[in-house]
Amino acid sequence: MPVKAAPVEVNIGPQHPSTHGVFRMVAKIDGERIVDVNMIVGYLHRSMEKLAEERTFTQNIPFTDRMDYLAAMSGNLGYCLSVEKLAGVEVPERAMYLRVIFAELQRVASHCMATGAFINDCGAWQTPVMWCFRDRERVLDLFEMTCGARLTTNYMRIGGVAFDIPDEFLPALDKLINDELPKAFEEYEELIVGNEIIMMRARDVGVVTPEVAINASLSGPLLRSAGIAWDLRKADPYCGYDRFKFDIPVGYNGDAYDRMVIRIEEMKQSLRIIRQAVADLPDGAHKTDIPLALRPPAGEAYSRVESPKGELGFYVVSDGGPAPYRWHVRAPSLINLSVLREMTIGQTISDAIVTLGSIDINVGELDR
Amino acid sequence: MTMLLDLITGYWWDARDLSNMTRPLYEFLRDQGVSDAGIFVISALLGTLAIISFVGAVAIINIWVERRVVGRMQSRLGPNRLGPFGLLQPIADAIKLMQKEVLQPASAPGWIYTVAPIAFTVPGIAILAVIPWGRNMVLANLDVGLLYILGLSSLAVLSVFMAGYSSNNKYSLFGAMRVIAMLVSYEIPIVAGLLGIVLFAGSMNLQEIVLFQEEHWAFMIMLQPLAFLIYFFSISAELNRTPADIAEAESEIVGGYHTEYSGMKFGLFYAAELINAVAVSAIIATLFLGGWWTYKLDEFIPGWMLLIGKIYGVYFIFVWTRGTLPRFRIDQLLAFAWKWLTPMALINVIVVAAEVLLWNETGWSDWFWIPAIIAINTALCVGLIVFFVKVFAPKFQRFPTRPRFYPGIDVPSLPAVTPPDFARKGGPA
Repeated sequence: MPVKAAPVEVNIGPQHPSTHGVFRMVAKIDGERIVDVNMIVGYLHRSMEKLAEERTFTQNIPFTDRMDYLAAMSGNLGYCLSVEKLAGVEVPERAMYLRVIFAELQRVASHCMATGAFINDCGAWQTPVMWCFRDRERVLDLFEMTCGARLTTNYMRIGGVAFDIPDEFLPALDKLINDELPKAFEEYEELIVGNEIIMMRARDVGVVTPEVAINASLSGPLLRSAGIAWDLRKADPYCGYDRFKFDIPVGYNGDAYDRMVIRIEEMKQSLRIIRQAVADLPDGAHKTDIPLALRPPAGEAYSRVESPKGELGFYVVSDGGPAPYRWHVRAPSLINLSVLREMTIGQTISDAIVTLGSIDINVGELDR
Repeated sequence: MTMLLDLITGYWWDARDLSNMTRPLYEFLRDQGVSDAGIFVISALLGTLAIISFVGAVAIINIWVERRVVGRMQSRLGPNRLGPFGLLQPIADAIKLMQKEVLQPASAPGWIYTVAPIAFTVPGIAILAVIPWGRNMVLANLDVGLLYILGLSSLAVLSVFMAGYSSNNKYSLFGAMRVIAMLVSYEIPIVAGLLGIVLFAGSMNLQEIVLFQEEHWAFMIMLQPLAFLIYFFSISAELNRTPADIAEAESEIVGGYHTEYSGMKFGLFYAAELINAVAVSAIIATLFLGGWWTYKLDEFIPGWMLLIGKIYGVYFIFVWTRGTLPRFRIDQLLAFAWKWLTPMALINVIVVAAEVLLWNETGWSDWFWIPAIIAINTALCVGLIVFFVKVFAPKFQRFPTRPRFYPGIDVPSLPAVTPPDFARKGGPA
């Protein structure tokens, strides 16, 4: 006779090793199976969108670092693109290429972190995350060389980038993308991709069907794992991405394993883009001069970039003043998280943790 | 020169067998007029003291070993600040843990919560009592040594359950539930795996098992490779080490059974985990790797030193797997025990029984049977594993491990691909 027990309510988070910050899942659990999940966000809400209305357009750039702090460059880029679109600022060619180089380096850093943390959620005892940290540190060294900061870079400016690259940057970058990172990715392939335990843990876990993915407006590796080749760098090219040759990796099954291999493959594609960008890097100014207190004409603009987490959109409204009238961020972490409930119900707790890790949320961006 | 000769000729200071030291003690006590029973009690207490000091030293050293080795695997340094190579780090850790306040949740009253960490340390120490360290160097030469070990190693799991059950924390309860499910499953392959050794040696006495290996000039791991693999995986599940550390599963249920423990109570869990790992390494070294006997080597190097070397060799493999592998899910772990390890262990027992029967009945020379058995059992081990992998391995190859690629700029969206077997049906295992 099967024993029926009332579901137990378990708080996973906000203080939990695997919630990637202060995200909270209230899970109703029957044995090990999850019956229902209630997601509670907002523990890291810093009211950035409101604060931005009090600051000038340039002063708002550091906020974009602190939203997705693992992909500060992508946040910088998205915001600067939207203000440039609003104010009609032209960007020099060299700045465009530098932006591409740094945005792709940032993608490598962020995906390294996502992959390592995901394997950690699968239960490895810190080793993969340390290896991935090692490679992320190499990328951050280049950021530090260029703009002095490692994590919250504040590097892009409206109309270009803050600093030109130093002389020792290109040799270091060449060593990184042609020697160190390809070797590291080979290690990942050996350690992670072919690992049977990871396959057992991640295959068929957290499955997203293409219909659900489109209906929930997912983006990034989560969408591509479901078999839909949608990458804004191809679909809506910005910043000169249409000049580079690269492929979009697409998964088969929409499960956590697909997302992981897609991330590893995207890192390789990023290196491809960087190699082309370095080869074509033009000379010239790295920045257009704009007034310190930029007053774009009244109007609105929306621009979006493919951040490592997905479609990062910035909607800026100006009333002609020095500060935005309204500033809204379409954060991929928040929108990708909205399918967590559909993905986890019926799975075990262990699977729910793996699923959450495979979505790759960043709570700074989730709550803003 | 005479000193050197004395050292290897069996006087009480002969370093090869420390048990010689008991003879002058025995003579001294007898001269003092102590009865035989009194001498027995005194020597038992001294032996216990020796084992406990060994365990204490091992716990301190292993904290350093584990952190340092795993640190190197994770491309970082590990402890390196305190003392040479950070060797004093465990002592600093212990001082810190002792100073910390021991918090006990108000909702977790009762003596079970307090007793659990103490009970957890007992089996690891007690197991070491029956390990033979030399030809005469056994504290308790039990005839049912193997049975005693099996019983005690299950006790450790019971104290884990006590801790998880009494903490009144949902995560701890999950850990306790998982531990019981795992214990029920993994006891069977452990016992069935070790049965082959008992059949070969004809005894459950660990000293007899070592002597069997010495007599037939072969480590048991050569005769029983499959049993070694089964035992190694099963015991790492019982020890709560990755890939089977589901009872403490840090990324899922925070700390499992020791979530609510702090201060030295947690320290006891931490130390006992290392002691248990060493105790299990000692069992593996004794049963499968010859114990103190190592071909002719134990005539030149003291057997107990060889045994410690073997223990740390096995322990290194435990640390290695811990630093490398991710964790199984509980249903996969249980399925692995029931669908893989148990049938394999039973087949192994049947084959070994047939071999031992033929060996005894034919009366042919050992020089024929030992190589023959090594060949048969190695083939059995490889064949069974290959067969099980081919037949029962979970099929993940429905989908390739590499993603597809969509090049070209004019491909904003492609038709969604629905694989044939899309619905998730239970666990993949």
